[in-house]
Amino acid sequence: MNKMLTASLEWVDTRFPLTKMWNEHLAQYYAPKNFNVWYYFGSLALVLLVLQIITGIFLAVNYKPDAGLAFASVEYIMRDVDYGWLIRYMHSTGASFFFIVVYLHMFRALLYGSYKKPRELLWIIGMFIYMCLMAESFFGYLLPWGQMSFWGAQVIISLFGAIPYVGEDLAVWVRGDYVIGDATLNRFFVYHVVLVPMLLLVLAVVHIIALHEVGSNNPDGIEIKKNKDPKTGIPLDGIPFHPYYTVKDIVGVTVFAIIFCAVIFYAPEMGGYFLEHNNFFPADPMKTPEHISPSWYFTPFYAILRAVPDKFLGVIAMGGSIVVLFFLPWLDRSPVKSIRYKGWIFKLALSLFVVSFFGLAYLGMQAPTPMKTLFAQIFTIIYFAFFLLMPWYSKIDKTKPVPERVTD
Amino acid sequence: MKRLIFALTWLLPTMVFAASGGVELQSANNDITDQASLQTGAKLYVNYCMGCHSLQYARFQRIGKDLGLTDDDLKEHLMFGAEKVGETITIAMDQDDAERWFGVTPPDLSVIARARGTDWLYTYMLSFYLDPSRPMGVNNLVFKDVGMPHVLWEQQGWQKAVHKSETDAQGHSHEVIELELVNPADKEKAEQYEKDMRNLVNFLEYIGEPAKLERHSLGWKVLLFLFIFLGFSVALKKEYWRDIH
Repeated sequence: MNKMLTASLEWVDTRFPLTKMWNEHLAQYYAPKNFNVWYYFGSLALVLLVLQIITGIFLAVNYKPDAGLAFASVEYIMRDVDYGWLIRYMHSTGASFFFIVVYLHMFRALLYGSYKKPRELLWIIGMFIYMCLMAESFFGYLLPWGQMSFWGAQVIISLFGAIPYVGEDLAVWVRGDYVIGDATLNRFFVYHVVLVPMLLLVLAVVHIIALHEVGSNNPDGIEIKKNKDPKTGIPLDGIPFHPYYTVKDIVGVTVFAIIFCAVIFYAPEMGGYFLEHNNFFPADPMKTPEHISPSWYFTPFYAILRAVPDKFLGVIAMGGSIVVLFFLPWLDRSPVKSIRYKGWIFKLALSLFVVSFFGLAYLGMQAPTPMKTLFAQIFTIIYFAFFLLMPWYSKIDKTKPVPERVTD
Repeated sequence: MKRLIFALTWLLPTMVFAASGGVELQSANNDITDQASLQTGAKLYVNYCMGCHSLQYARFQRIGKDLGLTDDDLKEHLMFGAEKVGETITIAMDQDDAERWFGVTPPDLSVIARARGTDWLYTYMLSFYLDPSRPMGVNNLVFKDVGMPHVLWEQQGWQKAVHKSETDAQGHSHEVIELELVNPADKEKAEQYEKDMRNLVNFLEYIGEPAKLERHSLGWKVLLFLFIFLGFSVALKKEYWRDIH
């Protein structure tokens, strides 16, 4: 039996680099041995991508992308399809958790300077993944065809109208109609199940290839490739990804699954954050809800949009708040990568950034009042200052010496 | 560093933003595992609500299965027409007629409990009061100028609005509206009505998501498995990582 397997593997290897790829990306990919809890979120994001695709396929089997049938088909899935409710909750909860995991994954990069040279391109590919993820969830959110689906899309697409000269035509082109309607639903369904998932899959593969080319960063921000065993050429602080990190990531995935399942089975609406109450009213173009707010993962950017008094400038600010992240590798001019060896200025700046991000997230969910708008404006300034002043404060910040080898 | 982040994050909620006003909702305090209550609620629904409000995503058979009723029970107590048990719960009222009569089509209530919440529904059902300026002679505290008449007035007795002035903790006086029974002799009836409404809202919560019964009973089994699996995965990780460091 074993002989036969070896022979089959040889047969494949002479025709396809299976063993070579296995070794390059798993068995002989050397990762730093000092990964901490922040390093679980990459593998969790991959798990969630697969989960979303699989549950999405099951949902698409029974879902109808038709303005007259969509809402009912979702309820059909919830009631009449065997375990349809489970699949649907996995998908809806998965969407929110995808953002939680990706935000933590990105925050890890901020903590340990994982975007810095030589990982600039890795960071940029990651940013493209993040943008695709936003597009994917935006398109997907229209599909249940509830009031929030409809009006959320209406608000966001109308933003195109703020662009001078071509804005209105562009908005009509995106919708395929003068208002959100059947044409919009049908095309968003196609983008959601075909176009964006394909991009996401390709980008995820490219992200991993880029990572394995430059090697993983670590909580100390030390390049482990600088200290190799002279005989074997293996980094002294590196361990093979498989089996060490595969078995470790199984623990991470299990802990994640416990939290995930607790939500699916006991709080799938998550108090109205994962599934909004208003979205259980079917879409009604004649009835504008009193308060329209996007899904929680968009609210920081929505708050930035509303903080700017002019609509067009607001759109620019909102777009800018994402675009500025692309330039992060060149904004950070600190000589060290990890926060462990950075000075108090960066720590303070990052703390203020985190507070303003949470603050904006909260304010984006609330109906605006003059007081709240003022807070949103302050947080928006802090948000941009964190990035735009970084070339200056990261340079004057007093850093600590970085050790030769990884600690703990 | 970490402590600083947490400290600043915890500060956020303390930044006080005045909460918006509105009627304080009463707690429905219902329990969807209480089968008798669900059965009573279903009976109330088909007798008093189903004339106007469909449950177009729900099926009689599913209600029977979840509420412990046989097909014969269903036909005797819940189904009054020629429907089959596998059918969805639709109504005969024409939508255009409905709009002419009430000014608005009475909505389907399949997922109303998920949209409004049980407390809102419960309070709504208790908050009808006489208002001669309205076409149906009643208004509602939580749903101003609602098109719906007080269908269950015979069960509750009429209520009237009493305007009172109240002083809050800060010393400001507010005008509050309280509801009182027009005929104090209806008190006993009204108490029974509250119980009935709790059962009705309970049924609406169940019908909003029949899978809720299933997911609560399946959830802990899945979690139990995962916790046991976690033990094994931690042991596996420890075994492999023994030689690192």
